[in-house]
Amino acid sequence: MSLLVLEQVTVRFGGLVAVNDVSFHVGEGEVFALVGPNGAGKSTVFNLISRFYDPAHGDIRFREKSILGLRPDQVPALGIARTFQNIELFEQSTVLQNLLVGRHRHRRSSLVSELFFAPQVRSEERRHRQVVEEVIDFLELQAYRDKTIAGLAYGVRKVVELARALATEPRILLLDEPASGLSLEETQDMIFWIEDIKKQMGITVLMVEHDMNLVASVSDRVLALADGKELAIGSAQDVQSHPAVIEAYLGSGGRAGHDG
Amino acid sequence: MRFVFKRSYDADIGLFKHRPQALWYLGLLVLVVALPWLVDEFFVGEATNVLIWAIAGMGLMLLTGHTGQASLGHAAFMAVGCYTCVIMIANGVPFLLALPLAGVIAGLVGVIVALPVLRLHGIYLAIATLAISVLTEDFIVIAEPWTGGVVGLVAPPIVIFGLEIDRYGTPALFYFLTLAVTLVVLAGYRNLLRAPLGRAFTALRDSEISAQAMGVNIARTKATAFGLSCGATGLAGALLGFYAGAFNHETFNLVLSIQLLLMIVIGGLGSIHGAFFGALVIGFLPQFIALVRDGISGVFDLGSVTIPGIESGIFGLILVGFILFEPTGIYGRWVKLRTYFELYPFYRKDMFKRQKSFLKTERMR
Repeated sequence: MSLLVLEQVTVRFGGLVAVNDVSFHVGEGEVFALVGPNGAGKSTVFNLISRFYDPAHGDIRFREKSILGLRPDQVPALGIARTFQNIELFEQSTVLQNLLVGRHRHRRSSLVSELFFAPQVRSEERRHRQVVEEVIDFLELQAYRDKTIAGLAYGVRKVVELARALATEPRILLLDEPASGLSLEETQDMIFWIEDIKKQMGITVLMVEHDMNLVASVSDRVLALADGKELAIGSAQDVQSHPAVIEAYLGSGGRAGHDG
Repeated sequence: MRFVFKRSYDADIGLFKHRPQALWYLGLLVLVVALPWLVDEFFVGEATNVLIWAIAGMGLMLLTGHTGQASLGHAAFMAVGCYTCVIMIANGVPFLLALPLAGVIAGLVGVIVALPVLRLHGIYLAIATLAISVLTEDFIVIAEPWTGGVVGLVAPPIVIFGLEIDRYGTPALFYFLTLAVTLVVLAGYRNLLRAPLGRAFTALRDSEISAQAMGVNIARTKATAFGLSCGATGLAGALLGFYAGAFNHETFNLVLSIQLLLMIVIGGLGSIHGAFFGALVIGFLPQFIALVRDGISGVFDLGSVTIPGIESGIFGLILVGFILFEPTGIYGRWVKLRTYFELYPFYRKDMFKRQKSFLKTERMR
């Protein structure tokens, strides 16, 4: 069954067509990667799914239901969590606080009960904390639990963002360049984590990534985009060797040289 | 250096980090409760003034310090609280009902005002709230049948179950009343900060876009912040009316709004402590300046000179000093000092240095 379906989606910013008639579906339990050169429209696709942008045409369905009528803050309630390319953490809060914000979609308490910190609020807080601690254990963030984000290294922030997305207990995780700016070892960790997220937690992953090593090792299917258009879809090897993809990355000069 | 061993999640949910800290606050509470027996009536009055500033400061701190929405119009909400409370009492509503209602009404007015200005950010929001402050002043003058116009109103005596509380007649009782309101607001504020809504507020402040991506409804959360903030400020306004005895449109002018903002910046944005530190500075500085001035003119035998504008001048200097040298305010300085001694001799100078981050997704919107 397809969890997420994009159907002939087009986005225009004024005269610029950022995404042009793109269709794809992500199956339940799959790791699906979007690749392509800069400006291909990969992040735009993410921002469409999180409802920050409205498409000019087309439909986006999550579990058979269109999400185009939703506001951005209603999307997480469906079980769609995301990270950001440029890291959007709450800088002045601790790692723990950041992850607890990830629990916001599970908030059941009302304003009044929170003002009095009613027993129900306390028991919910404990439950939120339990989930957050599981995520902290999974991503090995114990040492940073009470550290403020503003003082953390880039690589750690990247993991905290992944952790915050996981704390929402999503069905699908949108990872916007999870390995950008990470060292070789950190990227290796990220590969293991994404595999575990898929296998142990059963969470579907849709990601944008430039690092082809990571893409090739974790993804089931890959979609290559360039200038907002679909180039190729299939396994990582198929997409990498697809002539249109090679042309998009290297330009047609590469092939002309080969022929001549 | 103190190591706190946490044995359950409740250790992080609790109000205090560890037992000694709770004892310190208990000591502080005993001190403020015993204050009327320790100092003379004049200083009890001054302490009441500080507490009223602190309540208003907590109101503004919630909005500006924690939710990141600047407001230059909070005097307007003090006015709403003050006038509604006094008008209700004049119409026979008992004080114990009128005071909370005044807070609720000020809060609702805050929500109504918030709705159109929700989309504004930073300086534009500040200007919009500034306009509200100016408008309110004019409105008070125009709505003469209720507000008494430029003449203003006289606060009626406060009666709680037959007990009459008067700022001059029974300063200690008025002090306790103000202290009780302070503690109630403080408790609500502190509870909120450890609950999901409080985290949503700080999330909004630090990154609207990712708060949204975590399921925080921006419009509703901002409106809630405005409502709670204006409600607390309204309570402070009502108490200020009784404290001043008589008030008119000029009591709640723009200068008051600016002083409120100065207060929380000097105290330290983003901490409840900051509201109290700021209130101490704002509340006691005029007395301090007067004392120093009298001292100087006494030494140099200048007679009783008054220098016009000296107070605002010194306020301004202090503010500039803080923004330049300690943007985190008095509370920030205190935290650094404490850390220095806790870690001695391992404190590093750049321990609290804020990293500059140039990557922001906000430009997307």
